[in-house]
Amino acid sequence: MPYPDEIVLPLRQHAGKPAKLCVKVGDRVERGDKVGEADGFMSVPIHASAAGTVVDVDWWPHPDGTMAEAVRIKVDRYAPQVARPRMVPHWEGLTTEQVVKAVQDAGVVGLGGAAFPTHVKLAPPKDHPVHTLIINGAECEPYLTSDHRTMVEYPERVHFGIRVMMRAMGVQKCVIGVERNKPDAIAALERTAPTDLDVTILPLTVKYPQGAEKMLIHAVTGVEVPSGKLPVTVGVVVQNVGSVSAIAEVFETGLPLIERIVTVSGHGLRKPANLIVPVGTKLRDLLAFCDGVTPDAAEVIIGGPMMGQAVADLDAPVIKGTTGVVVIEKGETREAGVYPCIHCGRCLEACPVFLNPSLLGDLARVQRYDEMAELHLADCMLCGSCAYVCPSNIPLSQLFQASKIALRRAQAAVA
Amino acid sequence: MSADKLIVTASPHIRSLDSTPRIMWHVVASLVPVVLSAAFFFGASALLQVVTAVAVALLTERATGKGGAIADGSATITGLLLGLSLPAGFPLWMTALGAAFAIVFGKQIWGGLGQNVFNPALVGRAFLQGAFPVAITTWPSVGGSFFTLRGDLFAIPFTHPLPNAVTSATPLGLLKFEGKGTALTDLVIGSTGGSLGETAALVILAGGAYLVWRGYLNWRIPVSVIATVMALSAMLHFVDATKPDPMFMVFSGGLMLGAVYMATDMVTSPLTNLGKWVFGIGIGILVVVIRVWGGLPEGVMYAILFMNAFTPFINRATQPRVFGTPLRSAA
Repeated sequence: MPYPDEIVLPLRQHAGKPAKLCVKVGDRVERGDKVGEADGFMSVPIHASAAGTVVDVDWWPHPDGTMAEAVRIKVDRYAPQVARPRMVPHWEGLTTEQVVKAVQDAGVVGLGGAAFPTHVKLAPPKDHPVHTLIINGAECEPYLTSDHRTMVEYPERVHFGIRVMMRAMGVQKCVIGVERNKPDAIAALERTAPTDLDVTILPLTVKYPQGAEKMLIHAVTGVEVPSGKLPVTVGVVVQNVGSVSAIAEVFETGLPLIERIVTVSGHGLRKPANLIVPVGTKLRDLLAFCDGVTPDAAEVIIGGPMMGQAVADLDAPVIKGTTGVVVIEKGETREAGVYPCIHCGRCLEACPVFLNPSLLGDLARVQRYDEMAELHLADCMLCGSCAYVCPSNIPLSQLFQASKIALRRAQAAVA
Repeated sequence: MSADKLIVTASPHIRSLDSTPRIMWHVVASLVPVVLSAAFFFGASALLQVVTAVAVALLTERATGKGGAIADGSATITGLLLGLSLPAGFPLWMTALGAAFAIVFGKQIWGGLGQNVFNPALVGRAFLQGAFPVAITTWPSVGGSFFTLRGDLFAIPFTHPLPNAVTSATPLGLLKFEGKGTALTDLVIGSTGGSLGETAALVILAGGAYLVWRGYLNWRIPVSVIATVMALSAMLHFVDATKPDPMFMVFSGGLMLGAVYMATDMVTSPLTNLGKWVFGIGIGILVVVIRVWGGLPEGVMYAILFMNAFTPFINRATQPRVFGTPLRSAA
């Protein structure tokens, strides 16, 4: 989509420490210039996605519903919007450390939604050897198709990113997991697969939440990541298709992560599309580019409808972790009425990690958080499957999220 | 997109179309053919029984429940099941009392829908069984004109009915107390004495199959109950041929209604699929034990109520293993 008049770049767009501001009001920035520096290893820089002038550095609505410090840039309508000439690192000559550094400098984070800094995954702890790289092309959230389009339209880039990662990490084996309902993506990846690397494209059963990291690892390797542990403990690292293609771009063009593919969809939207969107584009501008919303549009969701976040303010921008924007209509939103739990057991059948959401829900209502912790609340990934199937419309995942926060507070108070 | 009048809710933002009332009303709908077949065998008396039970259940729900609780359909089910578990000639004032008892003591004092331990309809019936043991075992014969009223339906409240009807024992009673068998075809079709809903096994199975197909009924419970009763009674019949054969056991008495509609009450049955098997097998064993060795001819009601009491323990014992935890964790 074309550049909007103004872009907003929150300094907090990734998991970990927010970036450190490195511009001031009045500064001229070119496309790809840093506006925020990485603050430590668990952090990445933020880059300007368009040339223009910094007009403000202040609190601004963040797509997660809070306010966050953000750099507002008035886009220069007459600038050619080409990035400054930059060195394209010749990846084959780089050491692992240099690759990690280059990826961090480019601000690459997991584009599947959680926005975990990608370079951290490239440097796994020494005591846990990684034997398999798993590429997440499951994309199980309803409506979202940005990874799907990436695989269909840029399969070479995906494979190039995989090549860089495998070399950097010294991994011999890579599996790309794609849900079976995307045969064109599987075909495109098969067609372009390299012959000199052990890269397998594995069609996966179509089910939600197949793309959840631990579910995907189980589907690909048959191994369950132990409760409370990271995937690296079973020797695998998972990267999203979008992140891999972002890495590829770094080593193809030298450009940092300043734009991403966003699915704009939902019944409440006039013209659904997958768009390459400059990071920092306000939702309002994005929706307007898609011919606006229908009169019945009621809720705007960042991410997919299962785990995404409803926004209250359309001035919030698209950030690096924004996989999609889904507009749903009045009739599709949740009803208000909640019935008592009738213990039908559907949530137990739905839960991908085999918790007892019915019992946990009862405990959450009476705030017995310690008992919930004993029943493995920590393993709940808030996928929303239980709340989706609940015939009594009990907001289970909301209760669990609140309980997790309450538990964290209680633990912080003790420590 | 004028002012951003946006709805902000927590995820997930979409949900399945099924709702608790929808499930309940589907159960009600699937019971309609059972009521109609009861009317076919027992005439207008059957309809009067069922209508009375449902009406009183709803009125009681209205009087004691939260606003709008009638709409969830659960009181209607309680009324229907209670009505179907009574004989056609049962005095209506007793039916009304039982329905009120079922709602108040079977459900509301526990905290309303979802909180009760015992199946409300069976609580009502157990109360009636204890209070009016003679009336509840007076079984009018099948047949006769549609409009012939069975028994002493309109007995004045607080009086006992006059034994003025043509009665017949149930197949289970016949077997237990008189040593007589009943033809299997009569049992399957339902042209035998008994409570309203005890006699139409095929219609009940069809209703249950519909609910299973819609996903509103967990097939594990009826299958495990029926399979257990068949297996156990087959063994007994093999060892001692005077004991009833498996087909008789399955198609007589309240087993079908109990296995398909009462044991499967979501509120009072276990949550886990493994628990549902345990629950169903437990009911099956108890039914056979009570029928074969107990003092009563029929044991479905007590078997289900007894297993209802075990449901919390079954739930605790059959928690699934949480993903990523070793087998036999202490969950």
